Amino acid sequence: MTNERIDEIVDKYGGDPSTLIQVLIDIQVENRWLSKEALERVSERLKVPMTRIQHIATFYKAFSLVPKGRHEVNVCMGTACHVRGATRVLDTLEGLTGIKPGETDADLRYSLETVNCLGCCALGPVVEIDGKMHGKLTPAQTAEVLKTYE
Amino acid sequence: MSEITLTIDGKKVTATEDMTLLDAAKSVGIDIPTLCHHEKLEPFGSCRLCTVELDKGSWNQLVVACVYTVEEGLKVNTRSEKIDRLRKTILELYLAHAPDSQGLARLAEEYGADKDRFDKAASFCIHCGLCVRYCAEVKKKNAVGFIDRGTRKEISFIPEIASKECWNCKECFPLCPTEALQAAYVLVEALRFPRS
Repeated sequence: MTNERIDEIVDKYGGDPSTLIQVLIDIQVENRWLSKEALERVSERLKVPMTRIQHIATFYKAFSLVPKGRHEVNVCMGTACHVRGATRVLDTLEGLTGIKPGETDADLRYSLETVNCLGCCALGPVVEIDGKMHGKLTPAQTAEVLKTYE
Repeated sequence: MSEITLTIDGKKVTATEDMTLLDAAKSVGIDIPTLCHHEKLEPFGSCRLCTVELDKGSWNQLVVACVYTVEEGLKVNTRSEKIDRLRKTILELYLAHAPDSQGLARLAEEYGADKDRFDKAASFCIHCGLCVRYCAEVKKKNAVGFIDRGTRKEISFIPEIASKECWNCKECFPLCPTEALQAAYVLVEALRFPRS
């Protein structure tokens, strides 16, 4: 992400130090991760020390300090999904992508995460990919769904 | 500035309104144990060791003395069975992280804390924030900060700043209530193996 684009985002929120989290969210959404260079630019522009930015960027799970894949795969491991076979769905996803929860594959195609409840327990086991819900998944269906995300 | 009178451990204390309970107690020679408190720094209230009781008549409210400001007519107890039990448990939790800390050992003896009560998780850091806050508030360098949260929270130096500032300062090392070498270790680690 270029410094010019970061400046635009900073200016959009008025450049006040209290807008730090908003700025970081925008960079995260657009860039899919927070690079060290980007954080240094934000630090310079908002006059917020790097220690504080580092604290906030590592505190919230929404921020990533390493590149994320093109598709964010969130597997629900909540109670309802769990009893309906979320573990087998997760195993399938781990097998297909070759990564564990919290990791991103080498092609930057998928990032895998587990979440604790997505709030649609009747659809369990649920997998959310890029914000879209996929419910009542069997391991075989999971493989089919995953294939559609390039 | 208006004067406020309150009672601490049965003693009448006169204080000004910007004082904390800790300041007020200190002014009449009542000692309250602290770990995260430092005169030059803003109150932080992370160690909870200075917890005291406010007598509210029918019940007692627990507050931390280093953050709570004085109020007219407050009745404060700095020692009681409940407070001692609380401080004992807090110390035991800290000792699981820094079993060999001399400062903690001294307090542990006073409150009868058993350093082996909890399983050891020797991180040496009790998150008092003294080094972090001293660097930010007094030195204004922001070379060291916290990262992550919960059980994974730890201090971390910014290599670019640390390599320029820290060798001539090191003032945060002796502040550490658990182990003076903790900050030294994390600093060296940051410079030798920078997180990307």
